[in-house]
Amino acid sequence: MTSSHTVYTVHTQMFVISQTDSRPMYMQIMEQIKQRIVVGDWAAGQAIPSIRQLAADIGVSVITVKRAYLELEREGVIVTRQGKGCFVASDSAVGERIREQELAQHLEQAVRSAAMMGLSPKNLEKRIRAVYERVTDAEKETV
Amino acid sequence: MNDYAIELNGVCKSYRFFDLQNIALRLQRGTIMGLIGPNGAGKSTTIRILMGLVHQDRGEVNVLGHRMPEEQVSAKWDIGFASEDMRLYDSMTLGWHINFMKSIYASWDDAYAQLLLKRFGLRAEQKIKGISHGQRVKAALLLVFARRPKLLVLDEPTTGLDPVARHEILRELTAVMADEGRSILFSSHNTQDVEQISDQITFIDRGRIIDSMDKEVYLDRWRRLRLEVPAGIELPALPGVIGIQQTGRLAVAIANAFESHLPNAYENSGARVHAVENMTLEEIFVANVEHSREEVGA
Repeated sequence: MTSSHTVYTVHTQMFVISQTDSRPMYMQIMEQIKQRIVVGDWAAGQAIPSIRQLAADIGVSVITVKRAYLELEREGVIVTRQGKGCFVASDSAVGERIREQELAQHLEQAVRSAAMMGLSPKNLEKRIRAVYERVTDAEKETV
Repeated sequence: MNDYAIELNGVCKSYRFFDLQNIALRLQRGTIMGLIGPNGAGKSTTIRILMGLVHQDRGEVNVLGHRMPEEQVSAKWDIGFASEDMRLYDSMTLGWHINFMKSIYASWDDAYAQLLLKRFGLRAEQKIKGISHGQRVKAALLLVFARRPKLLVLDEPTTGLDPVARHEILRELTAVMADEGRSILFSSHNTQDVEQISDQITFIDRGRIIDSMDKEVYLDRWRRLRLEVPAGIELPALPGVIGIQQTGRLAVAIANAFESHLPNAYENSGARVHAVENMTLEEIFVANVEHSREEVGA
């Protein structure tokens, strides 16, 4: 019999907790779970590892994974069903929602930076358009 | 049986040059606690008291429902204890030690012992005499882990290990916690280890417990704020902030009871908040020890 350990680590062994990442561990775990959902490795409605299981697989404390799950639940990314375990949210647009949340965060950050510099909304808009054109042009060239 | 694997109340122990003062500690079942503190803070003394190896002058010690030190003999069947000065027989092989433990402990899990041999890169036929420090530590831990005790008490389990060996030990400790009936208390100088695998953190300095709480809550209370202070503005003293260092127009404030309105409070005083940063346990450790020593006026 192959050891049961290898069986359940297969889908979680790629979690990476980095010390050069200034974010707390629970946020790094949240982000990596979201990535799995966005790329489709963890499908909508699919069962995901229990808190204790994932903690053991990644090699971090239970309380850290618990915090990540709680925050993800609050964001509507995962759901916990009493006695049944944890699942990816069952709406098929969950991946899209995660991307949407990320975009909203980036935009908010950009607006804050702009406000700190005293940039007007009009000017910020112009800057965003310019960046948009530069990036899409660069992408056209690489195709 | 209560919910605590370990419970200490009002524990005191006096030595000629060192006092352990009024130690209160609770380790909930199914959790892992990291005990941190500078050298000579009282970590090992605390561990020795709860193992019944040192008798407290005062206070109550309860481990897995056993009063210590009175009931240490019965308690020790369920506790796996490892410390740096643990002795193995040099002239004997690791396999001999394994068979020895197996003959004593009914709970011995031989399949797990074999798995640990493989994971730790150890060989049963090796004599203890010929192996490295790191392998010796791993061998000692293997002998404790494979008993599958309800409570593991480990004094500096990762000290002196190379990064790979340290990683192997940490992985194994978190694997143990997959079973919610088991608990771990370990001490360490390595704040990174403690930050990674602990559910609870307890800080000891100079024989006193400075803090003991849920790790996530604890880390969340600390923040470093990077501030710009325009000429003529003086930073106010705000609650929850334990220290400010200012050079020229730039200042760094350390908060140990951070609240989300704190940045606004600084902005309202005329300063600009450039960044609000999380702190690593290492940074918190240093700030906390310095702060608590200032407080006691040392």
